[in-house]
Amino acid sequence: MLHLPFHLAMHIPDGYLSLPVIICGWAIAAGLITLAILRLGTESPRSTPLLVATCAALIFAAQMVNFPIADGTSGHVLGGTLASVLLGPWLGCLVMAVVFTVQAVVFQDGGITALGANIVIMGLIGTLGGFGLYQLLRNFLGKYSWLSLSLSVAIAAWSSVVGGSMVCAVALAVSGTVALELVLPAMVSWHLLIGIGEALISVAVISFVGRSYPELISSRQPVNN
Amino acid sequence: MSNSTNRLIKVGCGTALVVATLLSPLASSDPDGLDRVATDLKFAHKADSKPLAQQLPFYQVFEEYQLKVVSTQKISTALAGIIGTSASFGLTWAIAKLMLKSAPQEDT
Repeated sequence: MLHLPFHLAMHIPDGYLSLPVIICGWAIAAGLITLAILRLGTESPRSTPLLVATCAALIFAAQMVNFPIADGTSGHVLGGTLASVLLGPWLGCLVMAVVFTVQAVVFQDGGITALGANIVIMGLIGTLGGFGLYQLLRNFLGKYSWLSLSLSVAIAAWSSVVGGSMVCAVALAVSGTVALELVLPAMVSWHLLIGIGEALISVAVISFVGRSYPELISSRQPVNN
Repeated sequence: MSNSTNRLIKVGCGTALVVATLLSPLASSDPDGLDRVATDLKFAHKADSKPLAQQLPFYQVFEEYQLKVVSTQKISTALAGIIGTSASFGLTWAIAKLMLKSAPQEDT
């Protein structure tokens, strides 16, 4: 039984996922991160190593700060969508992979076996899925207004949290840890709320960055597609 | 490197350190979404009581986000925050520097 004197962000621990799901998680994580490394050349040159590292530092720090949601439950920021909007999707993937690895390896936050799954669920869904949604929304809402930027970021960030919670629920169910009809509504309902925190914080950071460094965020399109 | 990038990096790193040091000890100790669900649906006991991460040398130093040698909880968390934030920064910078060098573009 997990017994924690002081409780901070807990990702999926060892023991919740079955071996096939663990392997799947690692395979997807490894595949997408490899893809990210191959496509780094398409990222904006404005995403310098120091800037990328700064983003990682921010996301690590932010993930430590659980905020109360309701009924004795807390949530924490993920930051995947934020990272991808700031740096580009592929650098975003790298950032999230590093952050989750440090958390798991150094601070036992999330199981080592479950690290692949954790990276995919809480990182890559945001940096890739969330980013894709963000681009779609910006194209739809008009690329050059603060409102379109904020709305796109907010919706994409919120969706990545909710989407991640769904995938997590499915992973748990497929692992035989808990029934899908129980875990899916439970996970989703909490994360509908947690996602709001993600959306607000993402918009706040993007707005701040957008004001001092507008070119970083003006309709970002990859060089090759 | 341009002035505004410089400023962004300083503000970003500064914010990260403030958050990791001053905010993290104040973080909610309530269980997060997954933990809450695991308790409610009664599968929390399935977590490994001796996870792999505890076999690693870092476990000698850190009990989750607490620095073992420091007994004051809030200071312990703050220190863990600084260390983790710095490690994330350093590791990411090293990897990004390596990877972006081999990518066909100018490093500004």
